[in-house]
Amino acid sequence: MERKNGAAAYLVLAVAAALLLMLNLGIGSVAVPLPKVLSVLAGRETGVFRDIVLGIRFPRALAAAVLGGALALSGYLLQTFFHNPIAGPFILGISSGAKLLVALVFVISMGRMLQPGRGVMIGAAFIGAMASMAFVLLMSRIVESMSMLVVSGVMVGYICSAATDILVAFAEDADIVNLHNWSKGSFSGIGWEDVAVMAVVVLAATLCVFLLSKQIAAYQLGEAYARSLGLNVAGFRMVLVLLSSLLSACVTAFAGPVSFVGIAVPHLIKRLLGTSRPLLLIPACFLGGAAFCLFCDLLARILLAPAELSISTVTAVFGAPVVIFILLGQKRGKI
Amino acid sequence: MGAAGEGFYFHTEGLAVGYQKTPLIRDIGLSLRRGEILTLIGPNGAGKTTILRSIIRQLEPLGGLVFLDGKELGKWPAGELAARLSVVLTERIRAEGMTCQEVVETGRYPYTGRFGKLSGRDHMAVREAMELVHANGLAGEAFGRISDGQRQRVMLARALCQEPELIVLDEPTSYLDIRHKLEFLSLLQKLARERNLSVVLSMHELDLAERISDKVACIRGDKVDRFGPPEEVFTPGYINSLYQISTGSYEERTGTPELPLAKGRPQIFVLSGAGSGIFLYRRLQRQGIPFAAGILWENDQEYPVARALASEIVSERAFCRVREESVRRAKQLMDGCQGVICTLDPGMGSDFYPELAELAEYGRQLQSPLGFNFLAR
Repeated sequence: MERKNGAAAYLVLAVAAALLLMLNLGIGSVAVPLPKVLSVLAGRETGVFRDIVLGIRFPRALAAAVLGGALALSGYLLQTFFHNPIAGPFILGISSGAKLLVALVFVISMGRMLQPGRGVMIGAAFIGAMASMAFVLLMSRIVESMSMLVVSGVMVGYICSAATDILVAFAEDADIVNLHNWSKGSFSGIGWEDVAVMAVVVLAATLCVFLLSKQIAAYQLGEAYARSLGLNVAGFRMVLVLLSSLLSACVTAFAGPVSFVGIAVPHLIKRLLGTSRPLLLIPACFLGGAAFCLFCDLLARILLAPAELSISTVTAVFGAPVVIFILLGQKRGKI
Repeated sequence: MGAAGEGFYFHTEGLAVGYQKTPLIRDIGLSLRRGEILTLIGPNGAGKTTILRSIIRQLEPLGGLVFLDGKELGKWPAGELAARLSVVLTERIRAEGMTCQEVVETGRYPYTGRFGKLSGRDHMAVREAMELVHANGLAGEAFGRISDGQRQRVMLARALCQEPELIVLDEPTSYLDIRHKLEFLSLLQKLARERNLSVVLSMHELDLAERISDKVACIRGDKVDRFGPPEEVFTPGYINSLYQISTGSYEERTGTPELPLAKGRPQIFVLSGAGSGIFLYRRLQRQGIPFAAGILWENDQEYPVARALASEIVSERAFCRVREESVRRAKQLMDGCQGVICTLDPGMGSDFYPELAELAEYGRQLQSPLGFNFLAR
């Protein structure tokens, strides 16, 4: 029965992701009807529809899908790491740490009239994410409760965001608008080359996570049991931290901070699949994150058209209630 | 391997354990054969858990050696060790969203392939382990929602499907009711007997520890004070000194604890025997009334209880005649009491010990303030 449920859930996720991808390609300031979208994708269309769909919307939608998947996985890894369902890259301040360093590198490069490469941006985001992560880990040795840890993570997030805002305010450049949009979180302006780079990084990291399924399953019962099963716990924890930081760093480098996806999606996926098996959850989380971000980006684009909402605004509207729901469930001892 | 380790599946030599380089307990020398059960006992905070954590490689030993199956613990590759040694720990696990079966399945980790996918043989081991602990009905239940007794059984199933040769359990019975304690321990006993499983556990229930263990190790201060079969460990007075019991007492032979006796000149004389006085002794203890007990033979069931609770005892050695001086002493005590209570059946006629009948009669005649009472058993 369980297997059937799993297959059905996968089907739902895949159909939702595909459907949302099509909607993202079709809907916008210029409406492209579905048959046209399909013929563009088949390479049978030329002209303005082709430019809009292939040049602007398709890379953006793919980015939303890839980065959404990355965020959900990053959250899943952090929840595994802390044995807590409300851990996530945004709430623990890891995204904000990445954001600060990316902004810093960007502003410094701008000052020297340089355009920083994508690799540099990802590297900067990774270093920022790791710095925040290091702080959170340090705090986790000092404070006992998860709620204290989350509060300290949120504080780091505020500090980093404030510092980023100051940087952005000081930056005097035409690119300030871009930087400003990015620092609030947005998938806009992402091109094919960005998509290629992020896809390589995210898919490689996702593959690594998938290969860790067995270890994650062993780690679910806590460190002591994991060790007794023969898992190298210290090494495994290190890999978890590196992978989750890399995934959220990659998101931040391209789209800025995106809130709540990391917490909400894994939780919803666990509910949907009714299992805790990492082997099933990992691909489902990725798919779910992709669908969720496609959906949120669609809303971000069309709700206030022609203006755009920041992606974090939309993800928060849908993600934050899930967090509250989780907290209520914990209170009742159901988690 | 030294000659000391001959024949033992598990043994330690001069093991020192503790945290942050400060040895808490030194020179630990434990040994266990296949199919034997070793129990660690000792006061709270004595370091039972510290020792257990050190022999399962969760904590780095601060000195000495631990051997398992003839090889030093640290030299076993992690995977091979996991196929020989499994654990049930005290920490509450956060098995978020996991079913009992999924929890048990984690025990197959050492045997599964790259992705941890379970083979038919793995599924069989899981099912078998769950049947063994009578938890097959729980397979689909959420682990977070079952009772403590069920949880402990599931954790045991998890440890068993790891197919260990040695299983280490930290206070596995602490949260179980008496029925589940007995079920759990007899299961361990069965596994030890039938599957040649070696068991190391810690326990606070001394009575049960004495019954289940082939060997007992007593942790006191910075050393293992005693290590050996229960009959060598549970000698009279030892538990009182091991746990530094000053309020009340523990009787090693029957495994019975008693609350402190009511001190002072006896106010009631209890004439009893063959176990008939035990509940009365305890009632007097609850009401804080000092009492004298007599005439007891040392093989009477109430003798150990009287030793713990009565402020005066008149007794005879087992199977011996009643001495005249005992009768005199008993009468003397009755004279000083406010009343006499007899729990013996007076209707036994001439078969009855004449001295007891004499004392019952003496008590009846006595003009004590509370008089003489029979108390039916």
